[in-house]
Amino acid sequence: MAAINITNVSKIYAGGVEAVKSVSIDIEDGEFIVLVGPSGCGKSTLLRMVAGLEAISKGTVEIGDRVINDVEPAERDIAMVFQNYALYPHMTVYNNLAYGLKNRGTPKAEIDARVAEAARMLEIEQYLTRKPRALSGGQRQRVAMGRAIVRKPAAFLFDEPLSNLDAKLRVSMRGEIKQLQKRLGTTSLYVTHDQLEAMTLADRLVVLNGGQIEQIGRPLDVYHTPASTFVASFIGSPAMNLLRGTREGNQLHFGSQVLDVGRAAAFPGPITVGIRAEDLRIANTGEQALTLKVEYIEELGAQRLVHGTVDGKKLTASLSPEIGIGETLSLSIAPERLHFFDADTGKRLAQPSAASDGKRVEMLAIAEA
Amino acid sequence: MLGLNKSASKPPEETDAKRVQFNSRLLPYLFLAPQMAIIFIFFYWPSVQAIHSSFYLEDPFGFGSTFVGLANYTDVLKSGEYLGIARFTAVFTALVTFFSLAIGLLLAVKADGVIRGNATYKTLLIWVYAIAPPVAGLMGMMMFDQHIGPLVKVAAFFGWDMKVGLNYNDTAFAMIVVSVWKQIPYNFIFFLSGLQGIPVSVREAALMDCRSGFRRFWTVILPLLAPTAFFLLIINTTYALFDTFGVIDVMVKDKAANNPITLVYKVYMDGFRGNDLGGSSAQSVILMIIVFVLTIFQFRFIERRVHYN
Repeated sequence: MAAINITNVSKIYAGGVEAVKSVSIDIEDGEFIVLVGPSGCGKSTLLRMVAGLEAISKGTVEIGDRVINDVEPAERDIAMVFQNYALYPHMTVYNNLAYGLKNRGTPKAEIDARVAEAARMLEIEQYLTRKPRALSGGQRQRVAMGRAIVRKPAAFLFDEPLSNLDAKLRVSMRGEIKQLQKRLGTTSLYVTHDQLEAMTLADRLVVLNGGQIEQIGRPLDVYHTPASTFVASFIGSPAMNLLRGTREGNQLHFGSQVLDVGRAAAFPGPITVGIRAEDLRIANTGEQALTLKVEYIEELGAQRLVHGTVDGKKLTASLSPEIGIGETLSLSIAPERLHFFDADTGKRLAQPSAASDGKRVEMLAIAEA
Repeated sequence: MLGLNKSASKPPEETDAKRVQFNSRLLPYLFLAPQMAIIFIFFYWPSVQAIHSSFYLEDPFGFGSTFVGLANYTDVLKSGEYLGIARFTAVFTALVTFFSLAIGLLLAVKADGVIRGNATYKTLLIWVYAIAPPVAGLMGMMMFDQHIGPLVKVAAFFGWDMKVGLNYNDTAFAMIVVSVWKQIPYNFIFFLSGLQGIPVSVREAALMDCRSGFRRFWTVILPLLAPTAFFLLIINTTYALFDTFGVIDVMVKDKAANNPITLVYKVYMDGFRGNDLGGSSAQSVILMIIVFVLTIFQFRFIERRVHYN
């Protein structure tokens, strides 16, 4: 159990490519942190630097109160779960779990006890004498988890551990990882490109883009108050609608269409407006509204996603299946549900109280590089 | 087109999804025929011939032959000279196999660890393999030459008066060194590709589980290399027994009779120099039996410990 402090860490490859740019994250003891971002955003590189599989070019990583920049991976007191499990194919499940302990000179009785405990927790007791090739993907994933658990490390590192599983198994394993982590209370750093996985697992999310942190925050805060258009379009499914518009007085202009935003303009001129699909509703008669030209509909059962265009720009609305849909729809949105972003930098412009559940939304710390 | 028909009707659970069915019963035999012909002409037929002539005493000038039963075998097995050569062959094979495997593995592990300029290293190490065995023998001879050989000079520096071609042990030493040197690149290639076949993530997992690089090698890397190593063990044993012929021939030809030779060279000497076809055939049958037993032993007792992925 330990806190992890990542301070101004950079990764610069030979040739000058900077994969991670001065990233700082303070992870509390027992916290579950998820690094999320598109491929190539540097999330895996960051994790591998913490693991000791990549050298740290600049900055420091502390686990507990120990700077581990130059400590061997085996001595960092961490355990890692790999995407393709990385089990030792020539060892039985028991030996896979016991290997790390044996190398540390743990007494045999202690090893037996710990392996038995981990096997019981993960329900892999009946497979202990098998080799990994005789196991299914889900079972292998459990063994990989077990290998991390038996070590009782200060921190778990997960490198997209669920990507190789099928969709159904992924959901159930996700739940198990979450519960297990809560039960063990071990500080965890988890890398994924799947925003849903990130939302459901994380105590706090770290959204990375191009080697830099876009936003750190609790999943709902990130969802409701995205710090930039990148975060807005990355977190949440369907992605947040982003429309270019112009603000004049207390009105928003999207080409020929106009939306009343109630309050006076704090930032006139061109602007990017973010609208969550589920915040759109059918306009009442006489109400000012956007006219959506419907192109196609995705039925999801509980709701339906209506895709179309507003003044030639793509827009998706999530509506109840009971609502009949014609060729066009009049859509309205509560002004406080709108998100405003700088048209050039994509940064969030103001903090309208956007939380749908009425919770207070904190100003989010946006880590500047 | 060729009368092949993939069995698509089979359910996927039936393991062998790749099995091909033939429309004509003759076709598979036709496909097998070239391979079978080669095996028959170059292996079975000579083997049968060898077994046959090992029971006869052949006239050196080709005027008929006399049936002598097992006399050729008993003569060979009673001969002190033959047993001495057999002993040397065993030592020679064991040493050549061991050192060519060990050095090949060591170089492969080191080359695999090199990050910068590793292509150059690999090319330099593989190069030697392109040299034909007699040329390797010749080069070896020059290295061990009494007058110009650099290795002889090095040995002299340490007070070792090396006389390759005259002194039995010195010749044996030179033969082993040249044979090992010749085989290292072959082993290197296979070990290197074997190492590169080990998943990176497994190595990384080991890196987090085990601090000592030496221990990691013995507990994770080597077991995963075992299929490659086992294959090379068989290939190298065969190499040391048979394919070193060229090296030995160059090193001992025209030299005094007191030089070490291996069994296969003895077969050649007796058969083609001594014109004793019967005795030579008996020897090659014995050699065949030795290789047969050795291969069975290797498959029965060593392969069992090999993990195939």
